[in-house]
Amino acid sequence: MKNFLKYREIWLLTGIVVLIGLISTRFPGFADPANLRQVFNDTSILMILALGQMVVILTRSIDLSMASNLCFTGMVVAMLNAAHPAIPIPVLIVIALLVGLVLGVINGFLVWRLNIPSIVVTLGTLTIYRGATFVVSGGAWVNADQMSPDFINFQRAAFLGLPVLSWISILVIALFFLVMTRTQIGRSIYAIGVNPTASVYAGIDVGRTKFIVFCISGMIGGLAGYLWISRYVIASVEVANGYELNIIAACVIGGISIAGGIGSVGGAVLGALFLGIISNALPVINISPFWQMAISGSAIILAVVLNARGERRQGRIILRKAEAA
Amino acid sequence: MTDTPAPRHIPDRLDKPLSSAIFSWEALLVVIAVAIFAVNSFASPYFLDPWSLSDLTFNFTEKGLIALAMALLIISGEIDLSVAAIVALASTMMGMAVQAGAGTPLLVLIGIAVGLACGAFNGLLVTRLGLPSIVVTIGTMSLFRGIAFIILGDQAYKGYPERFAFFGQGYVWWVFSFELALFLVAALIYWFVLHRTSFGRRVFAIGNNPVACQFSGVRVDRIKFILFCLTGLMSGIASVLITSRLGSTRPSIAQGYELEAITMVVLGGVSILGGAGSILGVVLAAFIMGLVTFGLGLLNVPGIVMSIFIGLLLIIVIALPIVWRRLREGRFA
Repeated sequence: MKNFLKYREIWLLTGIVVLIGLISTRFPGFADPANLRQVFNDTSILMILALGQMVVILTRSIDLSMASNLCFTGMVVAMLNAAHPAIPIPVLIVIALLVGLVLGVINGFLVWRLNIPSIVVTLGTLTIYRGATFVVSGGAWVNADQMSPDFINFQRAAFLGLPVLSWISILVIALFFLVMTRTQIGRSIYAIGVNPTASVYAGIDVGRTKFIVFCISGMIGGLAGYLWISRYVIASVEVANGYELNIIAACVIGGISIAGGIGSVGGAVLGALFLGIISNALPVINISPFWQMAISGSAIILAVVLNARGERRQGRIILRKAEAA
Repeated sequence: MTDTPAPRHIPDRLDKPLSSAIFSWEALLVVIAVAIFAVNSFASPYFLDPWSLSDLTFNFTEKGLIALAMALLIISGEIDLSVAAIVALASTMMGMAVQAGAGTPLLVLIGIAVGLACGAFNGLLVTRLGLPSIVVTIGTMSLFRGIAFIILGDQAYKGYPERFAFFGQGYVWWVFSFELALFLVAALIYWFVLHRTSFGRRVFAIGNNPVACQFSGVRVDRIKFILFCLTGLMSGIASVLITSRLGSTRPSIAQGYELEAITMVVLGGVSILGGAGSILGVVLAAFIMGLVTFGLGLLNVPGIVMSIFIGLLLIIVIALPIVWRRLREGRFA
């Protein structure tokens, strides 16, 4: 039981259940399974993005360019669709993944080969990618009437009771879970975050692994680009402006340590869900949406305080074990 | 009587060869600034007008003021992402005070005090609770701007007194604006504090090795707390200037300033990992960013495209010395 309570995810899940309970006292329909499915679907994109950010943060790096990547890739895909409506959606998704990958490769290359700190690289590409969106689009918007019905309806189609968007996020969550817990690259990502020097001695190529995590976050940004544009059916330069910080916030609330090495797929998903529930609940319980920013800010600070306490305890235990050995 | 050995003279600093000054980061920035200046003068006939050049300075003075304090903070190994949100909150508070009938001196006082209080809040969270500053300030960034949104919603505060307009729109002498004068004075003060006082040496020392500092009797947490307060204070001052220049307050005021201020600091040669940097570099970087945005603006380049140039400038300027060193060592893979 004690072991069970050690998991941050359990606490987070409890917090979410309590939150849903509190909301239900003001708006009884909120805990309805149909509504919760809706909340899950609404949060799908943030969950996917948080997972992409998580692998980067685990290696002691950060990707500030994800929202700009989303904006750029979304615009490219939307323009392609407007110009050639015949291109099937799966092909467009592959194109989105590839465009995102290219942007991720640029970040990863600068971090890996030139050893520039990731925060500097992605601060630069954050503005470059969004500016590039303006250049490819000429500042024009792509509106709903320019997009093909397939483009818009693909993610809305119901499949086994859930929209395709939800299924995509479930698939991504499962994939990340497998990679992070069952593969060598997953272990390497954790190892680099815990101790980069020891990882080198253990035969892990730190630079190359960092390159790979930026490729992953890039592809995720690209995928989210298509999903975002087809969900909100407008592509413009302003899409997801400032959203990079929401993604990081989801990770922080999910217990992923900004110092690297600590965090889990479950945590990132629950962190995103927490933010998703708040933004879905505020309108139905008659709190002005203008409160959302301050509430999520407070949630972040609270989460950091709680995480820091947990981490400190863990650190001491490891030291004691080492001393005893 | 025994001869006491003559006291050996230990120099304060090692003699630097001239070449190191020529190849320094600041020299590179000067070359870039001159180049951009020259290109701008050729590209637009309107550039070399004293009033154009004066307008140019408004592009960077407010962010530059924040960048000065941010430079010290980053040198000490911390960061503050909430500066733009502090600007928004301070501006909102000033707007509320105006509605209550406050006069100009009180407005300035409120703006600065709110900035200082927000900085102190960040500082307390980081130093007292030992939290990583990057996440704390992502949180306070949402919190501070969130409070501004709660108070203002989609409204705006207007009706600032006429005298208040001086801070953002007034001129001290001929084409020299109050903002520019304040920026230069602040830069001088920060230069003196960072490069000529023991406090400044401690800031560098903390950035290089906080643990060793602690053992050497440096009060690491107190200095970091002071730096967060300073950053908040400068954001408060910047808020007074911006509010005065725009003459109105919206909760989205100064959106994205934090990233521009950090870009200035990093472009100015301050190591994002802490422990190295100079105020001269930050001031030069501020001028360069002002030159780029203003020059492109004269050529009718939209703001969003300018940001590409700023982003490219940041990455290229950081990457160039690394590529250059590797090319010289012949081990570029």
